[in-house]
Amino acid sequence: MRYLLRRSLHAVFLLLGVSLLTFLFSALAPGNYFDEMRLNPQISPETVAALRAQYQLDRPLPVRYAHWLNAVAHGQMGFSFAYNSPVAPLLWARARNTLLLTVTATLLAWLLALPLGVWSAARFGRAPDRVVSWTTATLLVIPDLVLALGLLIIAVRTGWFPTGGLTSVGFDELSPLNKLRDLAWHMTLPVIALILAALPTLVRHVRASVAEVLEAPFLRAALGHGLPHSKLLYGYALRAAANPLISLFGFSVGTLLSGSLLVEVVMSWPGLGPFLLEAILARDLYVVVGGVLLSMIFLVAGNLFADVLLYWADPRIRTAASAK
Amino acid sequence: MKQRRKLMIWLVILAVLHGIIAAAGFFAPYDPVEQDRERPYLPPMHIHMMDAQGHFHLRPFFYPLRLRDSLFDQYEEDTTTTVPIRFFERDAAYRLLGFVPSRLHFFGAAGARVYLLGSDAYGRDELSRILYGGQISLLAGLLGAGVTLFLGALIGMAAGYYGGWRDELLMRIAELFLALPWLYLLFALRAFLPLAVSPLEAFLLVVVVIGMVGWARPARLVRGVVLGVKERDFVRAARGFGASDFYLLRRHILPETASVLLTQAAILVPQFVLAEMTLSFLGLGVPEPMSSWGNLLATLQQYNVLVSYWWMYLPALAIVPFFLGYLSLASALQERAGAYKIEKGSWSSP
Repeated sequence: MRYLLRRSLHAVFLLLGVSLLTFLFSALAPGNYFDEMRLNPQISPETVAALRAQYQLDRPLPVRYAHWLNAVAHGQMGFSFAYNSPVAPLLWARARNTLLLTVTATLLAWLLALPLGVWSAARFGRAPDRVVSWTTATLLVIPDLVLALGLLIIAVRTGWFPTGGLTSVGFDELSPLNKLRDLAWHMTLPVIALILAALPTLVRHVRASVAEVLEAPFLRAALGHGLPHSKLLYGYALRAAANPLISLFGFSVGTLLSGSLLVEVVMSWPGLGPFLLEAILARDLYVVVGGVLLSMIFLVAGNLFADVLLYWADPRIRTAASAK
Repeated sequence: MKQRRKLMIWLVILAVLHGIIAAAGFFAPYDPVEQDRERPYLPPMHIHMMDAQGHFHLRPFFYPLRLRDSLFDQYEEDTTTTVPIRFFERDAAYRLLGFVPSRLHFFGAAGARVYLLGSDAYGRDELSRILYGGQISLLAGLLGAGVTLFLGALIGMAAGYYGGWRDELLMRIAELFLALPWLYLLFALRAFLPLAVSPLEAFLLVVVVIGMVGWARPARLVRGVVLGVKERDFVRAARGFGASDFYLLRRHILPETASVLLTQAAILVPQFVLAEMTLSFLGLGVPEPMSSWGNLLATLQQYNVLVSYWWMYLPALAIVPFFLGYLSLASALQERAGAYKIEKGSWSSP
């Protein structure tokens, strides 16, 4: 239990650090949302000053940071200048869509990577393994931007997939089952783009760590005892190889979050990506800071989940933690 | 020996690829900003050896395209005249590598303009724009990697050499930078820098932004090397002779980190080229009329372009050979250094 507590504390410090960092960046920023207003002759300088005071932009940085932290603690995350409303609900509406995409892609990518990697490792050095290696190597040299745009062009030219948005027109009139189908249909393309971008790294690591474990004497012994192959691979080898893979799982969340940001913009998926881009162009300070923090929260949650998994999967960590 | 040969092969391939981009003026048939308003969105031309009458031509040629009757935007080949492709043709003036004035082009055509990869909305030659755009993208990647490696080496050496609370503090900050999803970090950094700037300033901004994102990983690797090296006998001996910290770091410790820095460079450059592409694609990077691989792709955000003009996607493919070259170089370097496995995260986050 102490292990998990320590990991959580670490996560909290990480979040505080990121929020401080983004705030420092924002302090270095030349210009802000109200600068353009100042150029507008119809708005008096007093109004601009009053607005700045209302959003507390005239206060020194530490005070603003403290205020903002307080707002975050109350689940509000500051105020959007452009939308004139608290940031948290705005962000949450978009973040849901991003989460939908990333969680689906993460799960599917791992569901594909595990059997593929194990299958390839069991045939290490032989033809099927080499086919997998070549395929992943090829995918690895195609950057995600290139991949996403390419998929989009294919979709547009064939008409197999919708090319943007979350749902079709008339979504509200559909039956629940059709709603789900419509959503899945819209999700397919971005999810494929995300999976293809993440898959090669995952497969390569699963393959490498399982192949390493397969050399171990205890598995040779188990093979000699005549255990069935599938049980050997999935019951014993994968379990023994799980440790680095679980850490990789934490990493893959971050990669997929970044990837999702780009894929959302390319495929006009109404998630955090287009929203943040818009906020950057409008200099909507708190939205950007909030968005970065939110992504960090997702990432930290993914890592904490990986830590819990590790605690569950690796007896060494459990005993080390309870021995203290 | 085999590893060494592999390394050399990839180095030569990369040198050739970079050479082509560096000599964009020679390989590009036209000036990248020269417009031809009569021919927007011209599809890539077909190069023939056999003409419509079935005669074989020794010199490859193309048919000039003309608008199909009463149809906007639909071109057809005008088979009445053949325009031969000529190599080492004299055309638009340019400066090779930025200073040698020249008019010589690798290929061209007299009488009609040749659009090997089609043209864009203003009738600018896409091939020329890709070649010139590569200069901006690659330069941004190389300079960004330079900034990152400089910062990483500096911070890593300081942390490893001085140790104590400085090490602790610097490595905690590095962890922070490593943890953040890199595109969010890129966004956050870019968000707080000025938006409306001249193309040159924008380019420098992009270099600074991508340079500041990736220092954490090289810093940690360099620190690891420094921790090992600083207790080695030759360093202790030099210290015993009264060498200053600066001398020790520069003369004895920095050379030991060279192999780590080199491998990191091979990993970082393609990623930073991609970072530039991403920023410019999103409109946060290098603006028009300057071309870069990223802002060439930005037109694809318009739906009609996406539907009708597939050749506007071609700039995206330009980066692929570079990725292949650099990643293979990186793995050859890693193999030489004895580390067979490719470190996780080295691809996913700079």
